[in-house]
Amino acid sequence: MEEIQAKLLGNSKKGRLEKLGKTVSFICIAIIVFVVVSILYFVTSKGLSTFFTDGVSFWGFLTGSVWSPGNVGENGQPLVGALPMITGSFLVTLLSAVLATPFAIGAAIFMTEISPSTGKKVLQPVVELLVGIPSVVYGFIGLTVVVPVVRSVFGGTGFGILSSTFVLFVMILPTVTSMAVDALNSVPRYYREASLAMGATRWQTIYKVVLRSAMPGLLTAVVFGMARAFGEALAVQMVIGNAALMPTSLVTPASTLTSILTMSMGNTVMGTLENNVLWSLALILMIMALFFNILTRWIGKKGAMK
Amino acid sequence: MMASKLTRGFIYLAAAITFGSLFYVVGFILIKGIPYLNLDMFAWKYTTDNVSLMPSLITTLIVVGMTLVIATPIGVFTGFYLVEYAKKGNKVVGIVRIATDTLAAVPSIVYGLFGMLFFVTFLNFQYSVLAGVLTSVIMVLPLIIRSTEEALLAVNDSLREASFALGAGKLRTIFRVILPVSMPGILSGVILASGRVVGETAALLYTLGSSTNLPDSLFSSGRTLALHMYVLSSEGMHVNESYATGVILIVVVLMINGLSTFLSNRLTKGTK
Repeated sequence: MEEIQAKLLGNSKKGRLEKLGKTVSFICIAIIVFVVVSILYFVTSKGLSTFFTDGVSFWGFLTGSVWSPGNVGENGQPLVGALPMITGSFLVTLLSAVLATPFAIGAAIFMTEISPSTGKKVLQPVVELLVGIPSVVYGFIGLTVVVPVVRSVFGGTGFGILSSTFVLFVMILPTVTSMAVDALNSVPRYYREASLAMGATRWQTIYKVVLRSAMPGLLTAVVFGMARAFGEALAVQMVIGNAALMPTSLVTPASTLTSILTMSMGNTVMGTLENNVLWSLALILMIMALFFNILTRWIGKKGAMK
Repeated sequence: MMASKLTRGFIYLAAAITFGSLFYVVGFILIKGIPYLNLDMFAWKYTTDNVSLMPSLITTLIVVGMTLVIATPIGVFTGFYLVEYAKKGNKVVGIVRIATDTLAAVPSIVYGLFGMLFFVTFLNFQYSVLAGVLTSVIMVLPLIIRSTEEALLAVNDSLREASFALGAGKLRTIFRVILPVSMPGILSGVILASGRVVGETAALLYTLGSSTNLPDSLFSSGRTLALHMYVLSSEGMHVNESYATGVILIVVVLMINGLSTFLSNRLTKGTK
């Protein structure tokens, strides 16, 4: 009896294998957590060292409008105002989202409500393909097509917020469309049938029933598109002109958080103020990314409660 | 009546503009680029005369391959833990989910900077294939974890119960029963990840560097196709060659997409 018990409960080859499986999976989990914590730690500590080591005032950094790291202003503080870049980032993100939303949702309605068969067979794969097109391709089209057009219409160099908005608009369009399609498809069929049975027309059904019940999904799609636009670096950097100035119009060169990071990171020395302020910009980027993340979660939760 | 005609018109217009602009992007690159595709561009060695994209094409394959080899096991085993090992309501699952969501939301330039700080400078890998690969691994992990999780959750519990009832252990159940069923879902996540690495520029610029040579070791720098296109167009000297590189890039993306559509078709067929 005891022999059998020892045999069953003791160490066997299979038992060891089972333990190994669990250990390996747990190590993988630990790696993930370690990576996330170290990214958060590195970016945060580097980003905050501008304020704690170099003594730049936090408020001055956020609201200063002169960006000239390495030079000192009249008040003895380094000239590291990030407001031009913050403004640039928010402007291009908001404008491109405002521009892309109606088109994406219109196209999604077309694909799901008006012509579902072509939508599913032809347009859906096309949109999914376009989600995968590398952003540098969009940036390159912006450089060779959009910038010259803007230049000939508005004068100036053609580089600026308007060109970036166009590039980001086309870039996030497939992403938002594809997510909006998913949201519309997840509206149950009997909602539509009930509405039609009540005598509502097709447009009333789309407006008052389908769009309304798909609202959380549509909002998530737009927020997701905004997050992508906000974080895009090289495509924007290619067309915005990269002048760290407060944008005065939509067609003068400006810059975003990401474009300044791409431009300057290679030219600064680790540990100097010039380098640290760039990390502060990266910190802002990351905080915004987390904010977008929380926003989508919140929308999801609100939508689920109904 | 009037209003519904207007909205109808708007929806058609929106669809036309959306698809028109997207077709334009692809069509424009193809039309401008295909005439400039010639044998010189596929020469083994890059010179400023032939502007060959061959080294960057091979580097792309190396970086994508190595990234997947490292990221897939880590991501898949994480998925195993989250779905198969962790008990319901386990706190670890919540923490890891928040962690991967955070990872997925971080802009790729931030990955690039982290890679530069940690791999390139701190671990002293310099601009190298190794630093680029490890950075891309971090970038694609959330994608692979998410798709593994979804694929595993889609497996019917009765399969697990049947396997346990026959006396199979957890590990055996996972590898013999669950993995074969969920394979297409996991693979399509892996393919998505490879597409992401192919298109990535910001995360690789400061980790992989932009050397035009074919990397001869893990510690030498290189450039992927997307980076090649970015550098060419920012130099502004070889516009036509940039278009041609764009064509190859789109072809690669098309192939990856085709593969994932094929797999997801097989997946839906399997469940029917």
